[in-house]
Amino acid sequence: MATAQAEKRAERGGGAVPRSVVPRPARRTPRRAHPERWVTVLALLLISVGFVLPFVWMLSTSLKTLDRTMEMPPRFLPDPVVPQNYLTVLQNPKLNFPLLTRNTLIVAVLSVVGTTLSSAIVAYGFAKIRFRGNGTLFGVLLATMMIPFPVIMVPLFGIFRWLGEHTPVPFLGTLTPLWLPAFFGSAFNIFLLRQFFLTIPAELSEAAQVDGCSDWGIFRRIVLPLARPALAVVALFTFMGSWNDFMGPLVFVQDPSQYTLALGLQTFQSQHGGTEWNLLMAASLLVILPVIVLFFMAQKTFIQGIATTGLK
Amino acid sequence: MTRAERYRLANGLAFLSPWLVGFVVFLLVPVVLSFYYSFCDYSLLQAPAFIGGGNYRELAADPVFWKSLTNTLVYAAMALPAGLLVSLGLALLLNQRVPGQSVYRTIIFLPSLVPTVASAMLWLWLFNAKLGLINTLLETAPFRAAIGGLNGLLGLLRLPPLQTPIGWLTDPTWALPALALMSLWGVGHTVVIYLAGLQDVPRELYESAELDGAGAWRRLRNVTIPMISPVIFFNLIMAIIGTLQVFAVPYIMTGGGPARATYFFTMYLYDNAFTYLKMGYASAMAWIQLLLVLALTAVAFWSSKRWVHYQSK
Repeated sequence: MATAQAEKRAERGGGAVPRSVVPRPARRTPRRAHPERWVTVLALLLISVGFVLPFVWMLSTSLKTLDRTMEMPPRFLPDPVVPQNYLTVLQNPKLNFPLLTRNTLIVAVLSVVGTTLSSAIVAYGFAKIRFRGNGTLFGVLLATMMIPFPVIMVPLFGIFRWLGEHTPVPFLGTLTPLWLPAFFGSAFNIFLLRQFFLTIPAELSEAAQVDGCSDWGIFRRIVLPLARPALAVVALFTFMGSWNDFMGPLVFVQDPSQYTLALGLQTFQSQHGGTEWNLLMAASLLVILPVIVLFFMAQKTFIQGIATTGLK
Repeated sequence: MTRAERYRLANGLAFLSPWLVGFVVFLLVPVVLSFYYSFCDYSLLQAPAFIGGGNYRELAADPVFWKSLTNTLVYAAMALPAGLLVSLGLALLLNQRVPGQSVYRTIIFLPSLVPTVASAMLWLWLFNAKLGLINTLLETAPFRAAIGGLNGLLGLLRLPPLQTPIGWLTDPTWALPALALMSLWGVGHTVVIYLAGLQDVPRELYESAELDGAGAWRRLRNVTIPMISPVIFFNLIMAIIGTLQVFAVPYIMTGGGPARATYFFTMYLYDNAFTYLKMGYASAMAWIQLLLVLALTAVAFWSSKRWVHYQSK
């Protein structure tokens, strides 16, 4: 639909097709449009400065010496510039950045694999198989999205403890509770993928069915390859969610050797932070960096993913 | 049931099985257990002992419980409407075709990607009363003039003047507003959802509104807002569920202080469960939180009949 609008605008003689397809009120009187436009630009400029300033300040602080961070009034540009702060952070044994990164990556990767696979399978069942109770179960799925994590965290803790005592696998004190549930699908991702699967024409699967293809075959060979963009959205959001999660590790992880970046950074701050702002800002930036890189690599997936969540 | 129907049912349930198992083990059982524990004395070290409504009675008389509930609701009353309005305003601005539009969009979206812990560290530093950037900026000439003007006005109204430097996270009056202010930095996600909604409003509607002589404000009020009301509603529901659970930011930044001014509901729940090992008491809080979320969502759904317009497609 969006491209159709862009074409329409191009036909009207608007010249090149604008990159963003944004319908806005047609302005037939340029006299009136101009001052409004300037106000918009000015507002956007000021707001953008406000949104960027914290990042700039973070970067600036992370490159200062400790003395300079306590200077009054503070200087905007670090002098001298101390990029060694980043090395200090990376090598700090109390923070143990490599270990934290490793733990976070284990949880994030397993969660991504688990939730993408299982959510896709379940979403296929909801979207493509007409059976009695499908609608009711889908209603249940949607309702589960409203249940806050704090409501279930106490019994969940008990369940993982019980599982650890009654199976040979230890649960509490390991990273397992953080990624295991991902292998059973997550309501939000199932919902997202189901909506996408619904847009895949039924004729495709019907033709395969006539050829004797089972549901599993249709899922594997037709739906999954077509759903790559939606799967990318799910994978990306899940990765971000794991990278970001603070409460999960706080509740389920006990031993510092199992800490994730979020938990490790907070522990470092509460124990030695507060004064060493340059190191704290360098560490925080290091935690932010992968996320920002990921965003610029997959900008479109991000924006389209978020946009679809709000519209369906 | 015919054979074909039975086959489809078996097949459907097979595909749903990962979720069905996960739903029962990681959600249904915990929710039911949590309900049971809420009527128990349960310290994790010993088996839960049924005590009837004791936890709920104790909560009703617990000033810390009421304080944490009030804090959460006061914060929600500030952060929720501010967040929805600011993000809608930003989306409207970002929807205008101006040079550099995509750059502005990226800039406003990026902060919402910053992991909670990292943004908590950053804002601890920005809010620092002595060395923080915010108070430093407030000391510059334009802001001092503005504060001077504001204090003049407050004086006329016989209100106490604004004291600088502001102890953002150390002054009980300022701590909650500071956290609400900080939450506005992360509205990018909501802005993107609004933008998508705005782009789906048919152009023709604006054109005919303009032909009828509707100005910018009338077009916003009578075309844009009704047309994106389902998106506003979606964002409202998400904001309600999210705001009532706020935990990480105050836990990291203030630990609930100063003087419990930022001690949120979920923090007290967490402390009861894992610091004081009062699991039954915590479960009672969990159920109150669940009912609160459900009640507020229900109110939002009920009110939506009056202001949310769904297009029939």
